[in-house]
Amino acid sequence: MSETAKPRPEFRNINIFTDVRTYRLPLAGLVSILHRVSGAIMFVLLPFIIWLFDKSVSSEISFGQFTSAFSAGLWFFPGWIIKLVALALIWAYLHHLIAGVRHLYMDATHSVTKEFGRSSAVVTLVLSIGLTLILGAKLFGLY
Amino acid sequence: MAVNYGAKRTVVGAHYGLRDWLVQRFTGGLMAVFTLIVLARVLFAQGPIGYDLWAGVFAPQWMKALTFAVIVALIWHAWVGVRDILMDYVPPMGVRLLVQVLSIIWLVGCGGWALQVLWRL
Repeated sequence: MSETAKPRPEFRNINIFTDVRTYRLPLAGLVSILHRVSGAIMFVLLPFIIWLFDKSVSSEISFGQFTSAFSAGLWFFPGWIIKLVALALIWAYLHHLIAGVRHLYMDATHSVTKEFGRSSAVVTLVLSIGLTLILGAKLFGLY
Repeated sequence: MAVNYGAKRTVVGAHYGLRDWLVQRFTGGLMAVFTLIVLARVLFAQGPIGYDLWAGVFAPQWMKALTFAVIVALIWHAWVGVRDILMDYVPPMGVRLLVQVLSIIWLVGCGGWALQVLWRL
């Protein structure tokens, strides 16, 4: 046995107040916690999502209310806040969908190696953030 | 190991089974397929993007039936996920039970609203 071997570090449950800032979460772990966060965001904003669905499909008049929410605002929120919330929902949906498909793929093909976990996490993050930027630029009228 | 059965059984814990895991995958898969169908119907529709095109996406009876199933799947999927989160982050059993009940009310209410919107199209 080599004398230089350090004692193996032991990790317990991390504490939100003391460990989160220094904890080096692997990319697969980042995808995992963001999967949770994105799901929670959509759960909380469910009434807003249904409101958008309602206004957009019910009638020509309600469709006008739907589009004006993004320009003139809604209730006491200005239009740009509505756009930001919509952008958050776009990201949450994309991340949740892609991370979910990653789960299904791993279940179906038993791809559970450390390497695949990392490479598929990179793909998930690049796709979800990339598509969010593209759709966000369209939402804010950059092209 | 602490006793967690009999009178000490955790009443708001996991179901110790396969069902929720399987439900989560099939409801998620259904919603993924639904996303592709809606996307395809928008992209391959004729005419300018506006109310007529968007309402037309949900016009056929089969699309309404499918959307109905997707709303049920979404509520069920969200329940499994939210319960997972609460089991991890809300340890006191009384508080967890309360938040779980409120979550169910929230989800069932939202599901009913979504179905009401769909029903009158």
